[in-house]
Amino acid sequence: MKRRLLLLIPLAIFVLLAVFLYQGLSLNPSARESALLAREFPDFELSTLADPEARVDESLLEGQVSVVNVWGEWCPTCKQEMPQLLALADHGVRLIGIDYKDTRAKAREFLTTYGNPFEVNIFDPDGTLGFDLGVYGAPETFIVDAEGVIRYHHTGYITPEDVERVILPEVRKWRSQ
Amino acid sequence: MLSKIIPEIGHYAVILALLMAVVQATVPLAGAATRRPLWMAFARPMAAGQFLFLLVAFACLMASFLLDEFSVAYVASNSNSMLPWYYKASAVWGSHEGSVLLWSLMLGGWSFAVSLFSGRLPRDMLARVLSVMGMVCVGFLLFILLTSNPFRRLLPDIPADGADLNPLLQDFGLIIHPPMLYMGYVGFSVVFAFAIAALIGGRLDAAWTRWARPWTNVAWAFLTVGIALGSWWAYYELGWGGWWFWDPVENASLLPWLAGTALMHSLAVTEKRGSFKSWTVLLAITTFSLSLLGTFLVRSGVLTSVHAFANDPARGTFILVLLGLTVGGSLLLFALRAPRVNHTVGFGWLSRDALLLINNIVLVIMTVTVLLGTLYPLILDALELGKISVGPPYFNALFVPLTTLLCIFMGLGPLARWKQMAGRELFRRLLWSALASLAIAAVAPLLYDGEWNLWVSLGLAIALWVVLALVRDVFDKLRNATSLAAGFKRLSPAYWGMVLGHLGLAVTIVGVTVVSHYNVERTVRMAVGDSVELAGYTFVMRDFSERRGPNYIADTATIEVLRAGERVEIMRPEKRLYLARNMPMTDVALRPGLFSDLYVAMGERLGDGDWALRIQYKPFVRWLWLGALLMACGGILAVADRRYRRASRRARQGSAAKANGLEEVHA
Repeated sequence: MKRRLLLLIPLAIFVLLAVFLYQGLSLNPSARESALLAREFPDFELSTLADPEARVDESLLEGQVSVVNVWGEWCPTCKQEMPQLLALADHGVRLIGIDYKDTRAKAREFLTTYGNPFEVNIFDPDGTLGFDLGVYGAPETFIVDAEGVIRYHHTGYITPEDVERVILPEVRKWRSQ
Repeated sequence: MLSKIIPEIGHYAVILALLMAVVQATVPLAGAATRRPLWMAFARPMAAGQFLFLLVAFACLMASFLLDEFSVAYVASNSNSMLPWYYKASAVWGSHEGSVLLWSLMLGGWSFAVSLFSGRLPRDMLARVLSVMGMVCVGFLLFILLTSNPFRRLLPDIPADGADLNPLLQDFGLIIHPPMLYMGYVGFSVVFAFAIAALIGGRLDAAWTRWARPWTNVAWAFLTVGIALGSWWAYYELGWGGWWFWDPVENASLLPWLAGTALMHSLAVTEKRGSFKSWTVLLAITTFSLSLLGTFLVRSGVLTSVHAFANDPARGTFILVLLGLTVGGSLLLFALRAPRVNHTVGFGWLSRDALLLINNIVLVIMTVTVLLGTLYPLILDALELGKISVGPPYFNALFVPLTTLLCIFMGLGPLARWKQMAGRELFRRLLWSALASLAIAAVAPLLYDGEWNLWVSLGLAIALWVVLALVRDVFDKLRNATSLAAGFKRLSPAYWGMVLGHLGLAVTIVGVTVVSHYNVERTVRMAVGDSVELAGYTFVMRDFSERRGPNYIADTATIEVLRAGERVEIMRPEKRLYLARNMPMTDVALRPGLFSDLYVAMGERLGDGDWALRIQYKPFVRWLWLGALLMACGGILAVADRRYRRASRRARQGSAAKANGLEEVHA
């Protein structure tokens, strides 16, 4: 009898797995509400990618609506995302980059290769700002309103459809408020 | 206007195939239970009919693509009148609906093959095996008809032209990669069906393993080639020069491969020694379950991936239910029917049995590692613990030590004897191989670029260890023969299959090691006339031009590659814009070579007509795929073994397989 119970273990494991898979179906992996939504952008003081001497802080995000994109040279999906970010920049959207867990040399090379849509890039080599933002991986994108409050969070890759359907409407919405 | 009804014929053929699958799934099984030969005899014609109608359906879908039948929704969203004909044909499996149809067609094909080549199986066994395969096919055909019908029409507003095939898929690698991969996935349904049939029939002797082994080998070989093709495709098509991303879709194919590899070895033990019986059955169920899970993960969209397939929750739910019934049902059956008493055949801790047990444990740990890494983000999300992404660092950190461990025992395995072996003898036979592999591996990195690297040495050491131990074994076996020819003859195809398979893994490990550590990569801004030096080659930009392809426009760079002042190659990377989807694509220029590849990809256009280019030197990268091909050849070669044909005859006479003296040399 004991052995019979032992033979049930694989079934039990599978049932557990199936429950998670079922839950997974109703979750959308990219449209997660951020815990930080409607909160102020976290305080920080970091250098920029362009200039190791320069210092920027949270006031960078005040005064106008910005799209903050977390990226890194090591992140293949970020490369695919660049055309969409360039398109956003063409629409007059202010883009701020957070170069996350990266080295300056590699990041600059990346921007030369794939284009640079960012007004400023915050250089975050240790991921401290990313940690405060609750970033799990790159790419992630935040929309921050003129008061420096996070209004929208997009996890993962921005598809060409997302540009028109999600990001631009959100930016317009927060601009008009 | 005959072409207008082709999709209807295809749709009807799928329905007919479904009806036949229902009969195949039920009548022979009932016949086997009630011992009615007539009912059991339904299995083979039904398998043939089902395959025939699936073939008709598949041909109809392909015809719809070739004839630009844009009234069919699937054709309209995955083809375009400007698409070259060969991409029209391969667009059949370019997206979800067609992929599932291809999956079902292959399942039908494997069933048909079993019904053709297993004529010597006991009738009730064949009836049960084909019934189980019929059940799986019923599930998939229902899936097609209820959620993913490729023949659905767009009426009355027929689009004037199609949205085109995703440009990433307009490529030779993608014409053959999915069929190979699916052949592997679906092929594991055969060993699964054998295991289930053995459980149902209560005949868990070694016989079923002997019948199932060749099928498992063939499926495994297909899967190996499929994974290698996928990696090769990602390498040259995505433009980053990477060959494995630990992406969920890639992991989905690696999971059944790892479990299948464990299964092949465990089948060998069960067949030869009669031990590990329940374990082998469980592995057979697991391997096919992981194939189904892979299909679920890719098709349901529960995980995000660079491959980004379209997804639909209704489909996800359907596959999950299918997965639940198939896997849950099999595991329940396993819990109820697996042998109560394990007739353990004793073996010492230094024996081939024990080494194969270790092999199985390591491979299962690897499978669990990949499974956890793939599902961990999903599980955390489901528990509302937040989202994370598990990246290459996790997988690499675990895979390097696990592979090392696996290879250490892999070297010992072929030289060990069944049941029991004196440690001193093994030590004596392998001492030189061990010393030689360590010595060569320690020196080789110095010869390559003069800088010693621990990881390169480690990688080379384990690869050499596997190879040299094999060489020693082959040498010992040939030495005892009267002549070299006689020695070769005495060794069976199964043995040579094992040698090739293990050799293939060693070759792949060398490729992985060298390309990971000695890859040279530069991103440069280039104008006409500029030149760049890389790994002894000079790349001179000669010209930028524009060109028009059938469904795209391209910017082409012409680069002359010089070595020691002499021209070795003209390379022409392109940046293409596919018109129908307005999608830019990088077309890489490659100079392949056995020992190194030159790899040039165009980045963005910069000011003043300059371009950013990414130039890479990738040593030994071909060895990755060459090794995989060797492994696949090994798997196929082992099937050619005469023993399987002899064995099935013997099995018919009712005697369980027993290892005899001659088979001592088989894998």
